[in-house]
Amino acid sequence: MGIFNFFSKEKKEKLDQGLEKTKTSLFDKISKAIAGKSSVDDDFLDQLEEILVSSDVGIHTTLKIIDRLQARVAKDKYVGTSELNAMLKQEIALLLDENKNENLSSFENLPGQKPYVIMVVGVNGVGKTTTIGKLANQFKKAGKKVVLGAGDTFRAAAVEQLKIWGTRNGVHVVSHGMNTDPASVAFDAVQYAKDNDADVCIIDTAGRLHNKIGLMDELSKIKRVMSKVQEGTPHEVLLVLDASTGQNAFEQAKQFTAATEVNALALTKLDGTAKGGVVIGIADQFKIPVKYIGVGEGIDDLQVFNKVEFVDSLFN
Amino acid sequence: MFESLSSKLDKAFKNLKGQGKITEINVAETVKEIRKALIDADVNYKIAKQFTDTVKEKALGQNVLTSVSPGQLLVKIVNDELTELLGGKTENINTSGNPSIILMAGLQGSGKTTHSAKLANYFKKQGKSVLLAAADVYRPAAIEQLKVLGEQIEVPVYFEMENKNPVEIAQNAVKAAKDGNHKILIIDTAGRLSIDEEMMAEIGNIKATVQPQEILFVVDSMTGQDAVNTAKAFNDVLDFTGVILTKLDGDTRGGAALSIKTVVQKPIKFVGMGEKMEALDVFHPDRMAQRILGMGDIVTLVERAQSVFDEEEAAKIQKKLLKDQFTFEDFYSQIQQIKKMGNLKDLMAMIPGVGKAIKDIDISDDAFKGIEAIINSMTPAERRTPDILNGSRRKRVADGSGTDIQQVNQLLKQFEEMRKMMRTMNKMQGAGLSMKNLPFRR
Ligand SMILES: Nc1nc2c(ncn2[C@@H]2O[C@H](COP(=O)(O)OP(=O)(O)OP(=O)(O)O)[C@@H](O)[C@H]2O)c(=O)[nH]1
Ligand SMILES: Nc1nc2c(ncn2[C@@H]2O[C@H](COP(=O)(O)OP(=O)(O)OP(=O)(O)O)[C@@H](O)[C@H]2O)c(=O)[nH]1
Ligand SMILES: [Mg+2]
Ligand SMILES: [Mg+2]
Repeated sequence: MGIFNFFSKEKKEKLDQGLEKTKTSLFDKISKAIAGKSSVDDDFLDQLEEILVSSDVGIHTTLKIIDRLQARVAKDKYVGTSELNAMLKQEIALLLDENKNENLSSFENLPGQKPYVIMVVGVNGVGKTTTIGKLANQFKKAGKKVVLGAGDTFRAAAVEQLKIWGTRNGVHVVSHGMNTDPASVAFDAVQYAKDNDADVCIIDTAGRLHNKIGLMDELSKIKRVMSKVQEGTPHEVLLVLDASTGQNAFEQAKQFTAATEVNALALTKLDGTAKGGVVIGIADQFKIPVKYIGVGEGIDDLQVFNKVEFVDSLFN
Repeated sequence: MFESLSSKLDKAFKNLKGQGKITEINVAETVKEIRKALIDADVNYKIAKQFTDTVKEKALGQNVLTSVSPGQLLVKIVNDELTELLGGKTENINTSGNPSIILMAGLQGSGKTTHSAKLANYFKKQGKSVLLAAADVYRPAAIEQLKVLGEQIEVPVYFEMENKNPVEIAQNAVKAAKDGNHKILIIDTAGRLSIDEEMMAEIGNIKATVQPQEILFVVDSMTGQDAVNTAKAFNDVLDFTGVILTKLDGDTRGGAALSIKTVVQKPIKFVGMGEKMEALDVFHPDRMAQRILGMGDIVTLVERAQSVFDEEEAAKIQKKLLKDQFTFEDFYSQIQQIKKMGNLKDLMAMIPGVGKAIKDIDISDDAFKGIEAIINSMTPAERRTPDILNGSRRKRVADGSGTDIQQVNQLLKQFEEMRKMMRTMNKMQGAGLSMKNLPFRR
């Protein structure tokens, strides 16, 4: 026990209750709002701060959102809670919108390049391989020919795992087996896709922590090698982030972007209790759009990111 | 992010430096910065608040009894308290059963399978006979993964390729462990969400059926605010016996550790430090505390600074600054103060976020040499009134100090800018006093 009774039973019960009732009554609090208000009261801001921070939005971005809301209210005034509610959600969505975040990307209309090559990167266990399995399903349903590349040759049974996803989807998986050079797997996969007239080629990579310089260099190399098959390949570098990750996701975005010029994000495990609020700050700071979300372990549990729904979910 | 945190803490500590006692007012800013630091480190919002409130209470209470400087006192209280909360009695893994059964549980991708094998390896190295059991029937290639790891460490793996019932598999594994005379059985399970009632019921059933001696909650150290909800939900169903904190070889601050410890009050028994089978470590509360605070060795730094910093001298300089009378003589004496604190590189390395950055950079202790030489070559009048340093005087100073006129000009320019900055800072501080003390906002 602590020197002073930090863990007194009473306090702990209070804490438990508190944890349960979070995120409920933000807008109830200001039901007393007076028409034409040009400032937001501190009670409300305190609650807002708590909701955002508790959704992993982070202090920096939370303060930014609060500043923007205050500036907006000072200018536009609000007459009721629903209006303030709308203003707040708009301001948050704007952080995502400012990056020309495409709400509508479809699996049917791929950009001109063929094969369209997606390289999937991220730290360990976030859901890269699973996301590839789900993406293959979506592309296939959209009538595209898909090829997968088993570029994780390190983690135990990683190739086997991707092959199972390949079988589930009925798509070809290019593999050299375990403990082989991932760059040459990537090269061959892109080459195979090109030779076989595939529309989409998705390359899996081993999970790696972004502070491991050697492993990050390896990733840069995998990417470089692919461009030798065809200029401009890969077209999409998809960084997979786990919704339950906290502020470390910022550093992940920074380092993976530095190594591979990430240009799209996928946020997985949103079917859990974590809110994934950290992507708001990431999208804002690095100007990378969130493209997909993962909502389960099944083959159909992938959705195109919708910022309005996402922002709503922070307050439910 | 680290930069801004360290500079904020520096600023906060500056506020405390040279003040005689801890009061509500002089401590508020620092407490707020510490709270922000904790939240930036992913400590749960409410827990961070509760923690800093308690620290503040403690600090205010102690002041009457001691004459330790406020900065030192506060940093020490925060650090010690955090270490205390994270630590507690260190319990080993209970291996009293026959076989001793260890059940692994946690969210998807947290590291259960990897750590089942790491633990098996750990016990095998102690000469114990271990059996691994593959009770994840859902994730593609989960059984295969455990089999590969088992082969690597030469530990047998119990599995049933066709059986889709994890409870049965676990039960059969116990029998296999008994038959094979294994001392320890480690059961790997599928990742599951705490709100997935069916899956939570399933692992509850495994527990009820095999009655494990240990149930370890495997959690990713990069987890954010949700750690409390998940830990609590798993604990409600399983009443687990300990925690394994994985992927600490990354650069996450790992505040989830504090959140989890506070909410479920279960010991953190191991930490995962990599993907390799040997990358398993016992948990060090003190290291974790400093990591969460992102303070490097700031505790030591503050202590050292406090021990050499001449309070009277500081007060004198402060007064001069206020009156805009800061001279090269004062500057020189400040440099001496800094030098007294020790090797420059060592000192800088203690500042959070700086350590890593300067690891390979060569910083000589002579960093101040040129500046000192220039100041030494000035006449007392010039040191007190730098404005009189015209072209020919500057040339003389440059020659005398063995530098050149550009270096002298640069120092004079920097000195002027410093004075200007200090003037504005003084003004700002005056204005800041009346500001309301809102959480995180000003
Ligand atoms: N609930 C849920 N689980 C998911 C989701 N996406 C992936 N998972 C699970 O997360 C775990 C890890 O997924 P993987 O696809 O193996 O992750 P990875 O990033 O490829 O992992 P490494 O290759 O080991 O770095 C598996 O148990 C997946 O079933 C999701 O959106 N929701
Ligand atoms: N760097 C690092 N990676 C780790 C550590 N522990 C596990 N991993 C990696 O994290 C990923 C997920 O690990 P698993 O052991 O498959 O996780 P799991 O909890 O069994 O995942 P599911 O069964 O899908 O729920 C793999 O890539 C592991 O190699 C660790 O301590 N450090
Ligand atoms: Mg994978
Ligand atoms: Mg597993």
